[in-house]
Amino acid sequence: MMKQVLLALAAGVLFGAGLALSGMADPAKVRGFLDIFGAWNPTLAFVMAGAMLPMGIAWRIQARLRAPLAAAGFNLPDTSRLDARLIGGAVLFGIGWGVAGLCPGPAIADLALAPRGAAIFVLAMLAGMALLKIITSRKGREPVGKYAK
Amino acid sequence: MPQAWVFGLLGGLMIGIAAAVMLLGLGRIAGVSGLAARAVGLADAGPPHALAIAFIIGLPVGAWLMAGAIGGVSLSVPKLATLVVGGLLVGFGTRLGSGCTSGHGVCGMSRFSRRSILATVIFMASGIATVACMRVAGL
Repeated sequence: MMKQVLLALAAGVLFGAGLALSGMADPAKVRGFLDIFGAWNPTLAFVMAGAMLPMGIAWRIQARLRAPLAAAGFNLPDTSRLDARLIGGAVLFGIGWGVAGLCPGPAIADLALAPRGAAIFVLAMLAGMALLKIITSRKGREPVGKYAK
Repeated sequence: MPQAWVFGLLGGLMIGIAAAVMLLGLGRIAGVSGLAARAVGLADAGPPHALAIAFIIGLPVGAWLMAGAIGGVSLSVPKLATLVVGGLLVGFGTRLGSGCTSGHGVCGMSRFSRRSILATVIFMASGIATVACMRVAGL
């Protein structure tokens, strides 16, 4: 377990360092990327391309592995349902992303770079997550974040 | 001084390698919204809490180390109201849609998951429309 925790920490550190280097940590650059009808800043397309490359290779390796290198098995989402939740969630997330120029990764990484603003965003984000959890548990729907196995 | 796109590409490669470590090492998707929810006890399923907490703590540590290494990262902090409204929508929407830029955008799209491709197209379009509307409204 200790080995797994250290590996997750190392992945988080590398991820956060990549966010800071790439420009994704700056809400103004992110909004600039979304501003295709105004002063468009294409930098983040390179970030996405750079991130997809190692992951494209990783998925090919994953297909040949019976288990990950430091855990008992793969725990991956395997649903392919295109439902209203997916679409509605993406619409709402996109609006929030456009409004603030922050998505979850950069917002949390920014706790080290602009602590006050990032903390306000992250607290509001956690409140939004908690709100959905309350609504879904009241309606008795399946819990969010549950992967179909 | 290299151009912004070089930093973008290098930073993106680091993000992708980090996600590959989560996948091939731990068998998990590096989806930040899901891991954040799991870390604070707002997700009913997911990796062991310690793993989620370790990854989430790593994000600001990595950003801090990189800022030190390259002599600082410039960023502009949005206004209070946009932070609150944006944060609420991002938290609610990413959980409802089961992912954000990292889980759907980086991990899911590179897997050719049709759910992730649809989600990414929609949140990109929605983000672009939002920025355009705010531009027109002078916000």
